[in-house]
Amino acid sequence: MAAEEKMTLETWPASPEKQTLEGKNKFLGFWLFLGGETVLFASLFATYLALKDKVPSAEHALAKDLFELPLVFVATMLLLTSSLTSVYAMYHMKNFNFKKMQLWLGITVLLGLAFLLLEIYEFNHYVHEFGHTFTSSAFGSAFYTLVGFHGGHVAFGLLWITTLMIRNSKRGLNLYNAPKFYVASLYWHFIDVVWVFIFTVVYLMGMVG
Amino acid sequence: MSTYTQKKGFGATLWDYLTTVDHKKIAILYLIAGGIFFVLGGLEAMFIRIQLAVPNNDFVSAGLYNEILTMHGTTMIFLAAMPLVFAFMNAVVPLQIGARDVAFPFLNSLGFWLFFFGGVFLNLSWFLGGAPDAGWTSYASLSLASEGHGIDFYTLGLQISGAGTLIGGINFLVTIINMRTPGMTYMRMPLFTWSSFVVSALILFAFPPLTVGLFLMIFDRLFGANFFDVANGGNTIIWEHLFWIFGHPEVYILILPAFGIFSEIFATFSRKRLFGYSSMVFATVLIGFLGFMVWAHHMFTTGLGPIANAIFAVATMAIAVPTGIKIFNWLFTMWGGSISFTTPMLYAIAFIPSFVAGGVTGIMNAAASADYQFHDSYFVVAHFHYVIVGGVVLGLLAGTHFYWPKMFGTMLNEFLGKITFWLFLIGFHLTFFIQHFLGLMGMPRRIFTFLPGQGLETGNMISTVGAFFMAVAVVILLINVVITQVKNVQVGNDPWGDGRTLEWAIPSPPPFYNFKQLPLVRGLDAYWLEKMEGKKGMTPAEPIGDIHMPNSSFIPFMISFGLFVAAFGAMYRVDYSWGLPVLVIGMLITILSMAVRSVKDDHGFHIHKEDLMNDDDKGGKA
Amino acid sequence: MKRLAKWRLFSLFTIMTLILSGCGEPFLSTLRPAGEVAKTQYDLMLLSTAIMVGVIVVVTLIFLIVIFKFRRKDEKIPKQVEGSHTLEIIWTVIPIILLLILAVPTVTSTFKLADVSPMEELNENGERDVLVVNVRANLYWWEFEYPDQKIVTSQDLVVPTGERVYFNIKASDVKHSFWIPAVGGKMDTNTDGVNKFWLEFDQEAANEAGDLFYGKCAELCGPSHALMDFKVKALPRAEFDQWVTAMQDVEDPAKAETPLAQQGQEIFNNSCIGCHAVTPSNSAPEAARLAPNLSNFGERSRIAGILDYNEEELKNWLRDPEVYKPGNKMTGTYGQLSEEELDALAEYLMNLKVQD
Repeated sequence: MAAEEKMTLETWPASPEKQTLEGKNKFLGFWLFLGGETVLFASLFATYLALKDKVPSAEHALAKDLFELPLVFVATMLLLTSSLTSVYAMYHMKNFNFKKMQLWLGITVLLGLAFLLLEIYEFNHYVHEFGHTFTSSAFGSAFYTLVGFHGGHVAFGLLWITTLMIRNSKRGLNLYNAPKFYVASLYWHFIDVVWVFIFTVVYLMGMVG
Repeated sequence: MSTYTQKKGFGATLWDYLTTVDHKKIAILYLIAGGIFFVLGGLEAMFIRIQLAVPNNDFVSAGLYNEILTMHGTTMIFLAAMPLVFAFMNAVVPLQIGARDVAFPFLNSLGFWLFFFGGVFLNLSWFLGGAPDAGWTSYASLSLASEGHGIDFYTLGLQISGAGTLIGGINFLVTIINMRTPGMTYMRMPLFTWSSFVVSALILFAFPPLTVGLFLMIFDRLFGANFFDVANGGNTIIWEHLFWIFGHPEVYILILPAFGIFSEIFATFSRKRLFGYSSMVFATVLIGFLGFMVWAHHMFTTGLGPIANAIFAVATMAIAVPTGIKIFNWLFTMWGGSISFTTPMLYAIAFIPSFVAGGVTGIMNAAASADYQFHDSYFVVAHFHYVIVGGVVLGLLAGTHFYWPKMFGTMLNEFLGKITFWLFLIGFHLTFFIQHFLGLMGMPRRIFTFLPGQGLETGNMISTVGAFFMAVAVVILLINVVITQVKNVQVGNDPWGDGRTLEWAIPSPPPFYNFKQLPLVRGLDAYWLEKMEGKKGMTPAEPIGDIHMPNSSFIPFMISFGLFVAAFGAMYRVDYSWGLPVLVIGMLITILSMAVRSVKDDHGFHIHKEDLMNDDDKGGKA
Repeated sequence: MKRLAKWRLFSLFTIMTLILSGCGEPFLSTLRPAGEVAKTQYDLMLLSTAIMVGVIVVVTLIFLIVIFKFRRKDEKIPKQVEGSHTLEIIWTVIPIILLLILAVPTVTSTFKLADVSPMEELNENGERDVLVVNVRANLYWWEFEYPDQKIVTSQDLVVPTGERVYFNIKASDVKHSFWIPAVGGKMDTNTDGVNKFWLEFDQEAANEAGDLFYGKCAELCGPSHALMDFKVKALPRAEFDQWVTAMQDVEDPAKAETPLAQQGQEIFNNSCIGCHAVTPSNSAPEAARLAPNLSNFGERSRIAGILDYNEEELKNWLRDPEVYKPGNKMTGTYGQLSEEELDALAEYLMNLKVQD
């Protein structure tokens, strides 16, 4: 079965992402990549915890002065919801419903974009209200690096999913692009999971003090 | 490579190698690039030994010496040993598991070019204001204090080449999991494949901490962050942890493939299957696992406290058990065998006592309270050179001789090979054995000179003499390579006559699709089993059919080149206004290349059944 | 065979040279332990070496049998052996036992060497019974502060023998490592915080070493890392106490006596005193103590830690420190000195003594 062959609902397999050898490799390789990413974020978390509230003098804002739960809560909800919508998209992918998949992916992208905008607003707020910048203290460096790496992942994910949607908008699903959509959504879930940890470790634990 | 080259013309061959996604050609690229960096690192080692031959020497200045020692370590680990390991993994693993290529040929090429550009970037520092000078460990307080851009070359260069390594690791994991030929179960995989598998997993989990550490250092030095700036709340010990969480597994990343190569060689030239295969596999996995639990033994004197030191001391000692299992299994593979002393086998045999010596001093270092004396002294220098030269380099040299026919279709001259071996072995022990005692006699590591009257003169002189033996050995090896390739006597499938695994069942070098029909594996040492039953080759596992192959691509080169450009921009951004645009342009080259790859469908091509039938089994054109 | 024989002869020679050169110098070598810490570590080295030599002997024995007995003689295919559970259990269990034998003293000594609790204990007068020294490592020089005695000295550490001396150690610029090989293992001087450990100096060994142990920086710290030496004067307790009293008695900078020295003092006060103090009771904060304290420079064992102690070397050093310690922080901080000025300065400095 050639990957680029035109498919119909009848010929569409149950796990289109793992139908070809290329798809299988991509699927496994991407999971492994996420394993490496987990270690990457674990290192960043460790660094953050070591440097949390480490500032040169008493004038600098600490975690408990900075964070505001409502804003972060909204951001969290946006991202969690976007994970759910990407699940819907994959559900439709598996059912060979290209239009609905595109629709849900579109919603995912919009939610992700909203999250990103909130994050930019949040960073801007810390910089201008508290003088808490990337260079102001070790705490600042660690905070912006950890949360910024996540933000960078979100931005990359948005770019990736959008590219996939545009590239394939005319030709629909086949066994060549199904694994691509699948791993993109896997990536999106991973970003979401990382955010749950950031929410807990950085924000909730930060508010407690 | 030779006949084909002449036919094709230089330009076409160059383009072929710039765009290749064939694992066998990428192996050759890794071998050449790694070989060049190995010679560079060796030159740096010679400068070090000349400088230390006599007390108060002024062959090189203090600052230059620190650059040389840093580049020697960094080059040898990241730019010589790693790519040479990858050379053999690429050349051999797909053949050993009966695959037509790796899982991600495109990424394989990307991995090479990232490594290559990272290495070139790092070495350009010599011409652009000075090399890094804070040691290959680049401890944070010193590297933040280091002036000029040396350290930036280190961080950015390693970041780029590290990304390449990570990609390679994932690639081999997927290849070994998904691409095995019918019948090749996990417990039938040759030990080199097993060790490549474990090593790839180590790479996957060990390189991200380095990536993070390097990012923090880049941010601190180039973007005003404060991770390691104590005055602003930073902490330099974070770097030590991140570096060694990577750095210790890195040692196993280098040594395990050498173990794998030796396992193949012992079995082949003893004409005996590997003794205790399953315990060898188990030991390999266990070493890989324990490798992550022991990083703080590099930090016994950092002041982590007695509890941490005691725990890491005992954990480190535990690694001796699986390593010991391996040593004895190798010895008993030879026991009762029929040993033929070829050049690769000589290396393998010499490896055992050399590596045992390195291993036992490792255990001595593990004893935390005694390590307060050994740490950062020449005892440690001696220890890790016994492990890395006596283990890894001997393994790579053995592998070079052993797999040369499979990679190039020609045999390296055995006589010259044995001369290289003896000179190298003698030089190696001469250089490093005495260094144990220099360390115990109070000589600290990384000193650019020593004062007379401290009892260190004789030892250092002996050590320097030994280094020259090794240098001569390497020169003879290079001469051997040239002679062999000029003579260009082609050999058959199984030139050693005792090949046991699948790679020896196909032509040397193999055709670009490796296996016309995937072979059916019926047990460990698949090819040997068939030979013992009097068969000529493997039983095919499939009828002859079309073979799907990937297209060549120039995009990996471009992606890597973009990062290379961006690294210059990031670095000079602090000095010149053109830095930022260059950074942006570089990133754009990379991102656009990635986008092209993403948007342009690449379905590869098919070799048709009819063409395969016509293709006689003469062998490929690597 | 012949080759092997030659090789053995050769290693024999190597070992001979080693024995001839002994185990290194008594003032520097870890193989000549000069105190409780070094002795503990030396014993552990011996134990681990003994175990490891045992392992090597066994491996070598099997190794030699194998390579001589099982050379290829004919084209017969040997029996393909899968393995042996008995053997595998043997070479798993025996190493574990050997490692346990090593692990127990390792763990106990690790805790013993880290026991710095007496530093915190105060007697009824609210004072410490033990001697505490604050070590501060700087780019290519060492400062030794005795907080309880309220004196500061540099480059030459002075300690009493026969008792545990406790150290607080840290670095003021980049990471260094504090190591007196003959007396005990090293400890890093971090920029982030203070490390603590103790050493004990043995009187007999000190006599053998000429009362002067060599100290080294063991962590790469810059161009002159190799030259960041210091010396340790280990004295009997009574002599040490005399030295402390003498140091404490110096309240004001010593007055130069000869006219030449007075001229030197004037130059010193103009060009040097900004960084170098000449009173041991230096109360300036650490950050202001930019260079070695010179109160007892006249009693030093070396110039700048590495050069022979004489006037000529002192003048060489002052003429251009960069030649002797590349990358040091002193170069270029004072103007060019004329030969007369050098003479005067040397005269002044060499007479800075606290004891007669």
